[in-house]
Amino acid sequence: MPRARGDLLTRVLLSGWGRTAPTAADVERPAGAAEVAEALRSSNGRGVTARGLGRAYGDAAQNAGGRVLLTERMSAVRRFDGERGVVVAESGLSLDRLIRMLVPNGWFVPVTPGTRFVTLGGALAADIHGKNHHRDGSFSEHVEWFELVTPAGELRRVEAGSDLFHATAGGMGLTGVVTQLALRLIPISSAAMRVTTERAADLDTLLARLRARDEEFRYSVAWLDCLKRGAGMGRGVLMWGDHAEADGQPLAFDPASRLKVPFTAPPGVLNGLTTRAFNEVWYRKSPRRPHTGPESIAQFFHPLDSVLDWNRIYGPRGFVQYQSVVPLEREDVVRAMIERLSSAGTSSFLAVLKRFGRASGGHLSFPVPGWTLALDIPAGVRGLPAVLDALDALVLDAGGRVYLAKDARVRPETVERMYPRLGEWRAVQRTVDPEGVMRSDLDRRLGLTGSRA
Amino acid sequence: MKDALGSVQSVLLLGGTSDIGLAAVRALAPRRAVLAARDEAAAARTAATLPAGTEVVGFDATDAASRRQAMDAAWGGGDVDVVLVAFGMLGRAGDEQLADARALHEVNGTAAVAAMTEAAERLRAQGHGTIVLLSSVAADRPRVSNYAYGSSKAAADAFARGLGDALHGSGVDVLVIRPGFVKTSMTGHLDAAPLSVGADDVAEAIVAAVRRRRAITYVPGAMRWVSLVLRLMPRPLFRRLPF
Repeated sequence: MPRARGDLLTRVLLSGWGRTAPTAADVERPAGAAEVAEALRSSNGRGVTARGLGRAYGDAAQNAGGRVLLTERMSAVRRFDGERGVVVAESGLSLDRLIRMLVPNGWFVPVTPGTRFVTLGGALAADIHGKNHHRDGSFSEHVEWFELVTPAGELRRVEAGSDLFHATAGGMGLTGVVTQLALRLIPISSAAMRVTTERAADLDTLLARLRARDEEFRYSVAWLDCLKRGAGMGRGVLMWGDHAEADGQPLAFDPASRLKVPFTAPPGVLNGLTTRAFNEVWYRKSPRRPHTGPESIAQFFHPLDSVLDWNRIYGPRGFVQYQSVVPLEREDVVRAMIERLSSAGTSSFLAVLKRFGRASGGHLSFPVPGWTLALDIPAGVRGLPAVLDALDALVLDAGGRVYLAKDARVRPETVERMYPRLGEWRAVQRTVDPEGVMRSDLDRRLGLTGSRA
Repeated sequence: MKDALGSVQSVLLLGGTSDIGLAAVRALAPRRAVLAARDEAAAARTAATLPAGTEVVGFDATDAASRRQAMDAAWGGGDVDVVLVAFGMLGRAGDEQLADARALHEVNGTAAVAAMTEAAERLRAQGHGTIVLLSSVAADRPRVSNYAYGSSKAAADAFARGLGDALHGSGVDVLVIRPGFVKTSMTGHLDAAPLSVGADDVAEAIVAAVRRRRAITYVPGAMRWVSLVLRLMPRPLFRRLPF
């Protein structure tokens, strides 16, 4: 007598990294493509989505009342081609584990976001970018092929360049479940980074410096002080980097032991005052003139990873990250957004600005050439919905968009206009998922697949 | 779906002609609202003043079949983010409240409990959602002037708090709103009490409670402390209070 599927399921409350809007779903931990296919075939009517390490800030890896497949048991490295620099691995493998394996062998991941705690599957579904986007593009451009369990439960190998590939890269997990992928790596001859740091006294200087020097470096990013008003508005610190040349040191990657935020902070720990103080210190400790020195991979790429559960510092109501991109010639919009925020007294603890290069072919892939600004803001800030709606209007008017992997509050009609290839994506999505098996809270909230509820 | 900042997309108002309920629907500004009302014609007239996407369905709170029909209609259009339990009756004051007591308990108590139970079942299945019970500060301690009303609200209020705890971890929140005296069509014939508020004030408090997922909200906020004092007051003194 076969066991009822219900016996295997556990209902769990899930939220994104921002810890807002939790919903309950039945979670399963499939061990491979066959179990994924079985889960998809037995969907209960509220659909299925996959979830890796839960680093999407909003509701992309939640599926209220439906099923969520945790990919933690699918994290094996299948093949490593040390000649060509290609790794084939399962979708639940984290960049953390992959980097630990690659660095001693003289290889590095082609794209890493600000955290190593994302999975390969999530990286593809969000078509993530890193500090090297202006040079190397987004994650999916380095994927040769992937294996997808389609919503109908069939296993398909999807080659780069195909329609289904473009619908899946940035498709937020709504085309099926990726089980493994082949990733092209980049060679490194040192585990160290050579980092140039410089501070800029205002936004104009900062933008000009990014424009002037970005092409000299593989990696580039700027941190902004969003609370500074007046002449110093938009002041910040620029950070450029390259992998260092061989220095005779062994290629080793062993990030320092980690601190942990042990409990959720009381509300209001991050307020205008503490944020202002933090910004002041960070700005002051940065060198006035360009300074170049060595840093570790973890220091340069993943500074926040040294503190476990850092999202708890935002307190019980959590936080949102507002990340947008506007065309390069619309620097005025970057300025207008920062002005709008600082005049609303909204404290963005962390604000990051970067210049994007070319777009990938993903229909819903976020990066397009332009300036991307990412702002972390406590969700409880009074009047925040109206402030962010105003930012949406600025971004939309400039022909820009917000990043779905970070979003937790944009309006459906706004997304329709921000992503002009949504119709193209929907056509492919419907072909592969005519029954509407793939669902997520993000999809329900925004009506991405067109079946909003 | 409710978003990260607590904005909601769909609301079911049980008690579709309630002044407070309608003010709350306006303030929540969902994309879709279903007004479940006994007086369908009146609700339809109101719906015409609300944004497009407002539907009206007939509703008798004390009839199980009617409650099911109203909820079927609401869920027929997709997920429901907020269920506002806003129906109720005030009853008469003084000695006449004895004659109304049973009806008050059937509507404000039993029917509200049944509606919350049924809504909770659907919300739990969908894995998210909020029940908002329009309770009253009168639920805190029975007063001579309106203990029939107060006790009927107290039943629903206590049930809602227990239900909220039982649903912890299910994605479903149950929120209790305890206004003081609210100037509405239901209370138009009464003299306004101290700290009285308007329907819009209650509506704003509901929006804030939904955003913060706050279990108990007094309107105005100061009523929390007034109520605390009243609850601690010795009985001989309490019974002589002039309201």
